[in-house]
Amino acid sequence: MSKPIIIGISDLNIALPPDVLITYALGSCVGICLYDKAVKVAGLAHVMLPLSSEAKDISNLMKFADTATLELIKRMEKAGASRRRLVAKLAGGAQMFALQEGNEALNIGKRNVIAAKKILKSLNIKIIAEDTGLNYGRTIELSPETGVLKVKAIAHGIKEI
Amino acid sequence: MTENYDNLNDLQIDVLKEIGNIGAGNAATTLSMMLSKKVDMSVPQVRIIDIQEIANILGGPENQVVGILFTLSKDIEGMMMFILKQEFAHLVVNQLMGRDLESFNDFEEMDLSALKEIGNIMAASYVNAISSLTNFGIGISVPGIAIDMAGAILSVPAIQFGKIGDKVLFIEEEFIGGDGENVNSYLILIPEIDSLHKILKILGVEL
Repeated sequence: MSKPIIIGISDLNIALPPDVLITYALGSCVGICLYDKAVKVAGLAHVMLPLSSEAKDISNLMKFADTATLELIKRMEKAGASRRRLVAKLAGGAQMFALQEGNEALNIGKRNVIAAKKILKSLNIKIIAEDTGLNYGRTIELSPETGVLKVKAIAHGIKEI
Repeated sequence: MTENYDNLNDLQIDVLKEIGNIGAGNAATTLSMMLSKKVDMSVPQVRIIDIQEIANILGGPENQVVGILFTLSKDIEGMMMFILKQEFAHLVVNQLMGRDLESFNDFEEMDLSALKEIGNIMAASYVNAISSLTNFGIGISVPGIAIDMAGAILSVPAIQFGKIGDKVLFIEEEFIGGDGENVNSYLILIPEIDSLHKILKILGVEL
């Protein structure tokens, strides 16, 4: 029986088939999805902020794109995944309010996506799909069986990337 | 020095709650005038709450709600967000615009403007409460509006505040309309930590 594993905000987890990884209502947060097809190990991190170095309180490493990615990889490796084989998909990083436009501090969605891409690049992990930016919330579901990422939005239905 | 809301003592929380109470009273009065009908309110619940819990109060992270966002400037810097559930949004729009809507899908640009206007008035009610207690000058930005998943809307204040903590000042108010329609409004108030210190200090409850 497939069991959904729910990832909260500033949270991460891994899954093997037949379970699936779900995180609800990404707004400006970013969902970083990693997958090793050979062993069917999937990992998902729901991060809130770009870089741990920019924050005062770093007690929760799962909050930041950089440290969460490293922690996620560590857990996936323990489950048999290989860093060399990992590919990534990204979702989220929306700008929910037009008010955020032109306000560097408020347009954090974009900064989150940039930070996620930067850390993945530095680790030589290829991003094979993304559904990021724009102005709406997304719920995502990652399948370790297929590596398919389902993206659900209120006004835009469900798509698979 | 208090670094975030997690470390506030009871007295400081009481002071913040009192600001919330005064603001809520102002808000009910102005809402009454706007809607040209009597609006009573229950005693507002003012809480310091983990921002992640708010999504559950709003009916779950995927529940569709209206978020109206303001930034605060001048003496107090920070953010203020009103969250209206569907029923409240419809009540306001139907009353103000003379419409008979039941779904968010039917909202037009004018309806969104009406909601923003209500947001403006409510925001001013709370800001005036802080101003009159502290004598601080506080600027309010134009409102930004989004109708989307509660979790996605909450991510904006959560992130803004996430650098320093996970708890925010959350005010839940129940408005009771004349014809027995009860609707709740929710307000999240997030002064920057320096501004929070200023407020507590001038009210004599600095640590």
